[in-house]
Amino acid sequence: MPKIGWLRLPLTLTYLFLYTPIVVLVIMSFNASKTPFVWKGFSTRWYTELFQDDLIRQGFINTMIVAVSATILATILGTLLAIGISRYFRSAILEAYALAPAIIPDLALAIGLLAFFSLMGVTLSLVSVLLSHVVFGMAFVAAVVIARMGQTDSSLEEASRDLGGNALTTFFKITLPSLAPGIIAGALLVFTLSLDEFVVAYFTNGPATPTLPIVIYSMVRFGVTPEINALAALLLLVSFTFVISAQRITRLTDSV
Amino acid sequence: MSTSTKTRTNGGRGASRRRALRARAIFAGPGLLYITAFMSIPLILIFVYSFFTRGRFGGVVWEFTSQNYSRLFESVYVNVFVSSIAIAGTTTLLALLLGYPTAYAITRLSPKWRTIALVLVVLPFWTNFLIRTYAWIILLNSEGPVNSGLLSLGIIGAPLGLLYTPGAVIVGLLYAYLPLVVLPIYASLERADRQLLEAASNLGANRFRAFFDVTLPLSLPGAMIGAIFVFVPSLGNFVVPELLGGGKTVMVGNLIRDQFLEARDWPFGAVIALSVVALLVILFAIQAAIARRINGKAVTRA
Repeated sequence: MPKIGWLRLPLTLTYLFLYTPIVVLVIMSFNASKTPFVWKGFSTRWYTELFQDDLIRQGFINTMIVAVSATILATILGTLLAIGISRYFRSAILEAYALAPAIIPDLALAIGLLAFFSLMGVTLSLVSVLLSHVVFGMAFVAAVVIARMGQTDSSLEEASRDLGGNALTTFFKITLPSLAPGIIAGALLVFTLSLDEFVVAYFTNGPATPTLPIVIYSMVRFGVTPEINALAALLLLVSFTFVISAQRITRLTDSV
Repeated sequence: MSTSTKTRTNGGRGASRRRALRARAIFAGPGLLYITAFMSIPLILIFVYSFFTRGRFGGVVWEFTSQNYSRLFESVYVNVFVSSIAIAGTTTLLALLLGYPTAYAITRLSPKWRTIALVLVVLPFWTNFLIRTYAWIILLNSEGPVNSGLLSLGIIGAPLGLLYTPGAVIVGLLYAYLPLVVLPIYASLERADRQLLEAASNLGANRFRAFFDVTLPLSLPGAMIGAIFVFVPSLGNFVVPELLGGGKTVMVGNLIRDQFLEARDWPFGAVIALSVVALLVILFAIQAAIARRINGKAVTRA
């Protein structure tokens, strides 16, 4: 490691600040005590209770339905959009438009969608959450795939076309495989985003089908139970795994 | 011979243009339509709603009014804006004070460590936001680790009321958005031409002068992007003020949420939300203007 001198101080402070709460949360999830603040010995009791909680289980099922469908739709739409923009349009304005859903404040998007669904007479349900998650999910996939396209060159596609391959063959045999790492990384990120997304879901969801973050919100709002610590630890594990995988997939192939 | 070649290329060009148009429609069409339907139209709708009269159970009655905008200047709402800006501003300042040297430190690491350091900065950002906020309820609670740590060290005699204060809100917001300030600063420091730095030191500038005359100005656009990424979402965040501020600290985000889900005054909620979006656009415009000036200067100087 090169000498960074006094810069070690802010670097250490930042990582301590970012990771202390996470570490404390994980430790507390194994706490036998009923008050989630005071340590009373090791126990996996809250993990067991977590799996018996109907509200959490239903929230988890709802979230999985949304996250899996949103990932599939956003990955297909976002990949096509990325190819369309960087191969056929090459327009900075359109690229900004495609990435805008990832940048605009989530609260603005959330109230806009609420107003839109209510004007259209759409009953709020998991479907409206899904439709909403796809719009910013797609932007994230497009961003990752566009970045990937910047690294691959289009000469192979041209060669395939010159050799008489039709558009469909070229797309499935050449374009898609070369973009695969970007597409997979994008899909993993959308899944993580959708799984954890609260603000947009809070505004576009029906009362009968709360997603997991909405369940967590009402639990945290009306008091703290140690079950949340266990749930938190599990969700952190899922997010970390997915994001690190996404990072590794794009980086592993970068060196090839 | 030459004419036939000409017609063939013409015909070929026409066909390939048609093909390109069709490819554009097939690839980019669905996505662009989707974004238009589920982002642009909803945002336009919010803009339209802001000029009409509130419906009784949300929604609007189609009677034109400019009252929603004049209400924004009532002292209740002005006060919320002022205190929100103070809290978001403090958060932004702290984020820059911690984020800038962190980003600078990361650029000085070896490439392998740099990637690890960056991933570690971004990782918490991808985790559940509610859970990250919840973690601070545990940490700052009167029986929590921070208080018991300070008590056992004898620094304090009685538990401090850390939770449900504006300070707790600032810590929660800083925790939520710190990764967003490190990344753009890192990117701009990386881009800041190393040669420019070397030139400065070759010309006899010491390390401090080189930093203040060359590195700092060149990284300013990135620092401003980072500041906007902290400041604007902090204004619009309603979860942290509620969970860590105990509902005592009302921010612009809480105001918007309440207008939509409790007061059912959608047009006024739309006006408040639009003012946040307008602020975002204005700040980005200022950032772009300053970035252009700085980059222009760097080019002419080089």
